[in-house]
Amino acid sequence: VRRLMLVAVGALALAGCGGDGDSAADGTLTVYSGREEELVAPLFELFEEETGIDVEVRYGDSAELAAQLAEEGENTPADVFFAQDPGSLGAVEERGRLASLPDSILSLVPDRFRDPDGHWVGTSGRSRVIVYNSDEVAEDELPQSSLDVVDPKWKGKVGIAPTNASFQAFVSTMILEQGESKAREWLQQLRANDPKLYEKNTAIVEATAAGEIDLGLVNHYYLYVVQEEQPDAPIANHFLQGDDPGALVSVAGAGILDGAENEDAARRFVEFLLSERGQRFYVDEAEEAEYPLIEGIEAKEGLPPLDELSGPQIELDDLGPELEKTLQLLNEVGFTT
Amino acid sequence: MTQPRVPVALAAVAVATVALAVLPLVYLLLRAFSGGTTAVDVLNRGTLELVADTLLLVGAVTAAAIAVGLPLAWLVVRTDVPLRRFFAVAAPLPLVIPSYVAALALLGAFGPRGLLQRLLEGPFGVERLPEIYGFTGAWLALTLSTYPYVFLLTAAGLRGVDPALEEAARGLGHSRWAAFRRVTLPALRPSLGAASLLVALYTLSDFGAVSLMQYQALTRSIYLQYRSLFDRTPAAVLGLVLVALTVVLLVAEQRSRRGVRASASGATRPPAVLPLGRWRWPAFAFAAAAVGLFLVVPVGVLVYWSARAVDLGHEVTFPWQAAVSSLSASALAAFFAVAAVLPISFLAERYPRRWTRVVERLAFTGNALPGIVIALSLVFFAANYVPALYQTLALLVFAYVVRFLPQALAGVSTALQAVNPRIEEAARSLGRRPLRVVATVTAPLISRGLLAGAALVFLNAMKELPATLLLRPTGFDTLATEIWKYTSVASYSRAAPLALLLILLSAPFVYLVTARRASEAAAPG
Repeated sequence: VRRLMLVAVGALALAGCGGDGDSAADGTLTVYSGREEELVAPLFELFEEETGIDVEVRYGDSAELAAQLAEEGENTPADVFFAQDPGSLGAVEERGRLASLPDSILSLVPDRFRDPDGHWVGTSGRSRVIVYNSDEVAEDELPQSSLDVVDPKWKGKVGIAPTNASFQAFVSTMILEQGESKAREWLQQLRANDPKLYEKNTAIVEATAAGEIDLGLVNHYYLYVVQEEQPDAPIANHFLQGDDPGALVSVAGAGILDGAENEDAARRFVEFLLSERGQRFYVDEAEEAEYPLIEGIEAKEGLPPLDELSGPQIELDDLGPELEKTLQLLNEVGFTT
Repeated sequence: MTQPRVPVALAAVAVATVALAVLPLVYLLLRAFSGGTTAVDVLNRGTLELVADTLLLVGAVTAAAIAVGLPLAWLVVRTDVPLRRFFAVAAPLPLVIPSYVAALALLGAFGPRGLLQRLLEGPFGVERLPEIYGFTGAWLALTLSTYPYVFLLTAAGLRGVDPALEEAARGLGHSRWAAFRRVTLPALRPSLGAASLLVALYTLSDFGAVSLMQYQALTRSIYLQYRSLFDRTPAAVLGLVLVALTVVLLVAEQRSRRGVRASASGATRPPAVLPLGRWRWPAFAFAAAAVGLFLVVPVGVLVYWSARAVDLGHEVTFPWQAAVSSLSASALAAFFAVAAVLPISFLAERYPRRWTRVVERLAFTGNALPGIVIALSLVFFAANYVPALYQTLALLVFAYVVRFLPQALAGVSTALQAVNPRIEEAARSLGRRPLRVVATVTAPLISRGLLAGAALVFLNAMKELPATLLLRPTGFDTLATEIWKYTSVASYSRAAPLALLLILLSAPFVYLVTARRASEAAAPG
């Protein structure tokens, strides 16, 4: 019994140093990040270095975290929601859980990449693409539209990440453009075409590189993450045209929770994301290559300029109200059961 | 003789503890029947398919675990198979491999970017191996993690069969096979029954292997629904479906245990070793193949990928933080679980009444609650009603305690039963106050039982995955969650060293504790 006591006391002591303190008490900023740890962990480190503010990050899928924020309501320990897409941010905003951002932050970013009501702001831009294995698929064989991946010739050869916010934004776009029943029909066809399901976009691009699949529905920048580790991988991005929901140009973004206990630190974090340093990250430091959104910083070389990518004519803040429907649809079709 | 009065304080503490232990189940019920969608909406054809798929896996794993575990046990206990003693030690070792680590090893070996693909692609141009994801992978991983239970229990059963019975059957003109079928097998039925139900329960509540292998089992579906819908009622309802299935199996297990006691016949001498003759080497090949596939391959693959990590130039540093998190959370769980069962066990053993027995039975609720279900319930409950505990280590430890209370209870109750209450009475009659009697007389006598119970809880908490994923404090990574993170994105070279560390940290305990108490130790990751 004495030994047991010793173990327990020791464990308590360890747990104490383990640093799971109450975030409100010690001024630690708590961020719910729907963006992948692999991609954004260095960004959090930069912020900690620059400001001396400690950050605790809870990683998850953006929609999962949005649902969690909805469940938690005012009890949430989160100060900032850093999401992979405007849909998740919009869904949290819809529930009245995001605070208004100051104009000094909002005005840094072009109108099209922020919430017109000022509750969230885009922090980096991206385009949907089809990533493909260039050994297996010649350029002229590529599908003309992302909707064509339901063609039987791609049966079992397409990768998707149905729990991932960017895929969900793509489906929401389809609902906005063509209506729910068309979207359902397409998803059912996709399901019947036996796509391979992945947790994350990086995994899709890696699988494409390994020849496990031929095509993947992803965002443009994951290609560069994988190329960093495998420079010779036979993979390339296929940008789509026009109103194709697979050509969606969107943003990752951030919002501050209403009643955040560390409001000041939260604001400094969002400011940091849109500072010169925070934006140059996507050009100089990150393995990936997202589009910086503030004026005066050019995207990484070799990317088509952001202005030239038009994508479907939808407003990003329309994605939020669609998210719940999209999730239901994906569930109904059987991608998330 | 009048029964001694039940001390009020003791009863209050025990009842309060049990009330906490049933809280997750109660709240889940409330939640499932108060959400936006009704339970009836959720229970549709899709749910039936899900249940069918889950039961299919449960059946297949149980059958395979018997097909591997029973012959191995028979060979090791009753025959002259070569390297018999080696197999006796090696066969149960996969016990130290949690199901999700088994899945990691299988993916690392046979997955589309696994070791075998690498080996075959170059020289033989094999483009695609047969699919490991889905049923095959989940089935193999869970068979690996569960056949040791069949092996251990049936080996014990075989040792308990009186050889005189078989000899009598042979003397009456039965062939060896007929004697085995008509005498040995019926005598083994209780231990085989207990083992299969144990395997079935393990499979039913397993989360890690089915998720990593993307097999549509209930646990995975609950987690997916939780993550991918705003309406969380469906997850809660599916959780209740899972609890219902578990209860059915638990009831069946209770019945089979009754059978075990009835037929325990105490062998008077060890059975004669059966010479296998020309079957000696085929039998050896079977044992070697089983141990090879389920022990050597997984460990070899983990070692290979750990070595690759160095090749790939990953920064290989000792994962201090994750190891300390795992160890401290598990140690806390072990301490509090034992502390929580002491009053319950004391009440039930020393003041046997109908109601104190009920209190004790309720403490076993955790057995019917798979980790994902406890986690789900506590996430909802804490986020809505006790924000101060939400995402704290305290709540995570609480979940472990509820889940593994039965293991602790088994250890402590067995020890308490072995202490004659007269000793305590004598001490009291000599003028010691009751609490001091417990501290100075009872406690030293049951300390081994307490340690055994604590060790079981510790081990299970170390490898627990689903509750840890949902309930951990922000930034609190354990070995289990790190392995999960890297395996789910096919980053085998990062997951493998952590998996080896988890195995190394828990192996010594597993060997000491579970070899003797396999039936109490089964809890999947």
